[in-house]
Amino acid sequence: MHELSIVMGIIEIAEEELKKAGKERVTLIELEIGSLSGVELEALDFAWEPAVRGTVLEQAERKIDYIEARAVCVDCNSSFKIEHIYDNCPVCGSYLKNIVKGKELRVKALEVV
Amino acid sequence: MCGTCGCGTDNISIRKPGEITELQHFVQITDHVHDHHHGHDHHHHESVHIDLEKNVLDKNQLEAERNRGYFEAKKILALNLVSSPGSGKTSILERTLKDLKDEINFYVIEGDQQTMNDANRIDALRIPVVQVNTGQGCHLESDMIYRAVKELNPVENSVLMIENVGNLVCPAMFDLGEDKRVVIVSITEGEDKPIKYPDMFHTSDICLINKIDLLPYLNFDLEKLKDYALRVNPNLKFFEVSATTGQGMDRWYDWLREEIGKKQNL
Repeated sequence: MHELSIVMGIIEIAEEELKKAGKERVTLIELEIGSLSGVELEALDFAWEPAVRGTVLEQAERKIDYIEARAVCVDCNSSFKIEHIYDNCPVCGSYLKNIVKGKELRVKALEVV
Repeated sequence: MCGTCGCGTDNISIRKPGEITELQHFVQITDHVHDHHHGHDHHHHESVHIDLEKNVLDKNQLEAERNRGYFEAKKILALNLVSSPGSGKTSILERTLKDLKDEINFYVIEGDQQTMNDANRIDALRIPVVQVNTGQGCHLESDMIYRAVKELNPVENSVLMIENVGNLVCPAMFDLGEDKRVVIVSITEGEDKPIKYPDMFHTSDICLINKIDLLPYLNFDLEKLKDYALRVNPNLKFFEVSATTGQGMDRWYDWLREEIGKKQNL
């Protein structure tokens, strides 16, 4: 359950930004999570509530921008959607690919008051 | 970033074998403070939008790079050993240390949720070792390595073996600043481990296939395991070994010597 450390990291980022902005609390937090980021949304949900209790994120609305993974084949240069890390190129069958999208694990934006 | 919840009620300890387990001997990793920021500036109550695009793992990554810089400066080869529990990580490590300790200066960081057991096994070989107990945490993070390395104070041109918490999921996401990641899988596990836990195999450089001496007694398809692993990571390099009989360990040792050479000639 590394999602808990992930939430702790998010809280830390929110606390830092809030301090910098000289504000009191976060009303909205937007996250970008890729389908291959290694984070399970269900596990994140499970970890979220107890972790943010008593923090600047306690009352924040959470928006998740879920990003589907895409790769580019190293052999034939086709761009394709991938569901798993081990998916191969649908055009030439190669497993050699660069994952160009889907690894995101970012705090995109905050709204603070 | 803290790997434990409850904010400080469940501390991480970093200690050497034989150290008294009193609180002052613990390095407490409770960086985060859950304070509210009650700013009292009542003129600014309008909502402000902050565009961030900040990676959640930035802090771990930054500390990992700091570790990497330290290892590079001291020409220390750092390996991160990862696997599921029971694959024989500690046995492979023990055998490697026993066979090569006259030739190589080793240092070891042991990661487990609880107990000093693994550190005591390494200590019995007279190899400097620090045990990191992560409490509820399921993986090592780069700041734990930073603190453990400070305790170890390794000499130049040495090899640091980091044995991560036995877990094929979580440690994959956390760079520790290692040169190479070594995933260990044993043939008493399923052939489909690489596609069940692809992140770990995707982020590893080397795959040690352990318990190879048991092959005649098991219904295990070695080629299938490799095929699955190569689908996840076409660059993965395999060594078939047995920590018990020593079979295949020579090729792993040759690889280790080669990597040490590369590091020292950087």
